[in-house]
Amino acid sequence: MSAALLIDILLWSSVLGVGLIAFRRGRPVFVASLREGTMDFVNIVPRIALGVIGSGYIAAIIPQEVITGWLGPDSGWLGVATAVVAGAATPGGPVVGFSIGAVALKSGGGVPQVVAYVVAWALFAFQRVILWEIPFMPARFVWFRCAVSVPFPFVAAAIAMVIGKP
Amino acid sequence: MARAWVCRHTVCIGGTPPLIRTGITLERPSPLSGPSPNHPAPSGDAESEPRPGRVRKPIGWSTIIIAALVAVSAALVWRRDGTDGVLDILTHDLSLFSGILPRVLAGCLLGAFISEILPHEKVSRSLGPKSGLMGLLIGTAFGAILPGGPFTAYPVASALLAVGADFGATIAMVVSWTLIGYGRAVAWEIPIMGTDFTLWRIVISLPLPVLAGALGRFVYVRLYPKPLAKDDES
Repeated sequence: MSAALLIDILLWSSVLGVGLIAFRRGRPVFVASLREGTMDFVNIVPRIALGVIGSGYIAAIIPQEVITGWLGPDSGWLGVATAVVAGAATPGGPVVGFSIGAVALKSGGGVPQVVAYVVAWALFAFQRVILWEIPFMPARFVWFRCAVSVPFPFVAAAIAMVIGKP
Repeated sequence: MARAWVCRHTVCIGGTPPLIRTGITLERPSPLSGPSPNHPAPSGDAESEPRPGRVRKPIGWSTIIIAALVAVSAALVWRRDGTDGVLDILTHDLSLFSGILPRVLAGCLLGAFISEILPHEKVSRSLGPKSGLMGLLIGTAFGAILPGGPFTAYPVASALLAVGADFGATIAMVVSWTLIGYGRAVAWEIPIMGTDFTLWRIVISLPLPVLAGALGRFVYVRLYPKPLAKDDES
């Protein structure tokens, strides 16, 4: 709750800060970007609505237990690969993603596998891609970025294997 | 201040590349956009240049696929849990949606202001295709210090893309925000995963944004070799 409030304060002060810079460039610049931002907002709202409401339904048909099952204590690269798929398929927000990671860690999952899971979740959890990235970014960029990101959970797991546990 | 309206569609029917500075279709006659006695056009280099518009997509294939996925999922939920199940999720998500909306507005404004105040040529130089390792490092640093959540990261990344950053630097920024940005780590990861794991995971992730950006550039240049194709974004 307080973290959310802090984020809001930071966010709106940043908006005020850059807004002030724009205002000092002249009123027309300020008004034009204000209008541009508002138009972006109006255009994005239907897609955010589809994402928020839609991902609720998609999350409901992919139960958490399925994901946790994939994150068993199998070790080695097969476990890492499974963790990457599980990270991408995890529905819900950060609470779900990190909780699954924490449970896997406590129930004997390998550390590199959990790192691969958390990194894969951060890089391309389908829900965030659908809900946030595609509405805001050119779709071509999003698919390109996701494709380019695929090796990196494996890289993170490899680094974790080399440098050992926290 | 001359403002340009450029094609904002995923598929530019008019063929106007929105990301090049000369890709302007027409001036929009508006009292707010033209120089006036009260508001003379600023003479600065960035302001006197017509700024390319930001990319705004229509309902594209991605949206259609997502809508289809949602429809199928909602139908499955309805078969499993009945109308009550469908309505439960709907009410929950609608309240989530209303909570998110102000932040989305803030993110959109942030993106609009940033794309307005960042001079296009400086962004192209420091984050463009020829910016080298420095551009990837700047993108990484920018993503790491950016406040807020996805509602800021993606509008700002989209704004950077529109004012001259290339795919590589933008990938570095997005990946850095998601992997080493402090927002999610402080709010969620440390409380749930613990401080040790989180810090350790962030240290492991430190090289990844630059590597992802470099890989992005490497693939991009080979995928779209012609310089013209580079500008044919969105």
